[in-house]
Amino acid sequence: MADPNKVDPIHQFGLTNIFSLGGEGGFAFTNSALFMVLTVGLIVIFLLGSTAGRRLVPGRAQVVSELLYDFVANMVKGAAGSEGMKFFPFVFSLFMFVLMANMFGMIPFFFTTTSHIIVPAALAILVFVVVIGYGLYRNGFKFFKLFVPAGVPGYVLPIVVPIEVVSFLSRPISLSVRLFANILAGHITLKVFAGFIYSLGSLGVLGFLGASLPLIMTVAITALEFLVAALQAYVFAVLTSMYINDAIHPSH
Amino acid sequence: MATETPVMLVAQAAVDASAEGGAVHATTEAHGGEHSEVFPPFDPSSFGTQLIWLAITFAILYFAMSKLALPRIGSILEDRKSRIDGDLSAADGARQKTDAAIAAYEAAHAAARAKSHSIAEETRNAIKADIDGKRKAVEADLSKKVADAEASIQATKTEALGHVSEIAADTVQALVTQLTGSASADEARNAVATAAKE
Repeated sequence: MADPNKVDPIHQFGLTNIFSLGGEGGFAFTNSALFMVLTVGLIVIFLLGSTAGRRLVPGRAQVVSELLYDFVANMVKGAAGSEGMKFFPFVFSLFMFVLMANMFGMIPFFFTTTSHIIVPAALAILVFVVVIGYGLYRNGFKFFKLFVPAGVPGYVLPIVVPIEVVSFLSRPISLSVRLFANILAGHITLKVFAGFIYSLGSLGVLGFLGASLPLIMTVAITALEFLVAALQAYVFAVLTSMYINDAIHPSH
Repeated sequence: MATETPVMLVAQAAVDASAEGGAVHATTEAHGGEHSEVFPPFDPSSFGTQLIWLAITFAILYFAMSKLALPRIGSILEDRKSRIDGDLSAADGARQKTDAAIAAYEAAHAAARAKSHSIAEETRNAIKADIDGKRKAVEADLSKKVADAEASIQATKTEALGHVSEIAADTVQALVTQLTGSASADEARNAVATAAKE
């Protein structure tokens, strides 16, 4: 930060204030907030813009929107059945938000919203509020059958039930940490290898040759990170669908 | 919000501490200093604003998706599906019509063929009967004529044979008259009859 020659892989995660609403002490509009707005804006503009024609024979952009729709719809239907389609807009929003935020993060100098623990954590907690809320609303007290697997003999239950409860409670943690850690680690790795190129490259001819190795690594990791960005969005959405399925059919 | 308040106080304290400098710029310095100590992704001082903006943006996204984008895409897909299904059923109907038309054509064809066969058969039978009738008539006529001719031949023959003895008697009488000078017709006739019996 202070020394521009020093490679700092953490710098990319720093928040900078763009402006504060209501003056100092009001809530700040940071680069993170900017990219949340850009993420949502791009999703909404793309999906609405590409389908504005409502063409029977779709153009390229409309095909992309329809594929995204079908992809998530099949995912939700496959995991949670047709009743789970109530939550299709929710899962679709989560999937698109995480996907777009991750993809924005792959563009150099862009901020990755999902690399801050609070964002995936908030989304995961939202998922669990929805799951527990709907589960209790739909099944009432029977929702707690989720913690009592069917067909387990009574004397094992004192052991199984706490395990089920702990596994249920750890789900929001694993859901958020999985996304956050993947994105954070990927970005740090990328930055560290990119930093090696710079450090080695400034050492002269030999270092210049040596710098080609981290360069290859950086290219490879960039490709991997694109995969991770899409995959983590998919994993987040699939797990959400499965948790929603638990809320609908608690006795498993 | 609960997490935000103490953080704001800390930030405020930092501002107050550097407020002697009097520059607003100092606050960003203070934040920068804070960031280098706390790993930014875990920095609780940023949780408040991030949560607020996440809530705002995600709510907008959710409503845009659930009220606008997804119903629209869903209706596009539904329209296309119903259009394709309609076209398919129309094509199926057309195919069934074609099949029915082919079946009707083949039935008509078979009926016409059978009819033509029966007409040909009838005509052939009629012609045959006609020919048979005519032939029978001709044959009957012919055999009648043959019988008549035979009868007339027989009559002529009998008549001729009836005259034979008379001619013979005349001849005999004439011969005998030439030879003897006289001969009665009765004697000649008797002689002929006796000769004819031998």
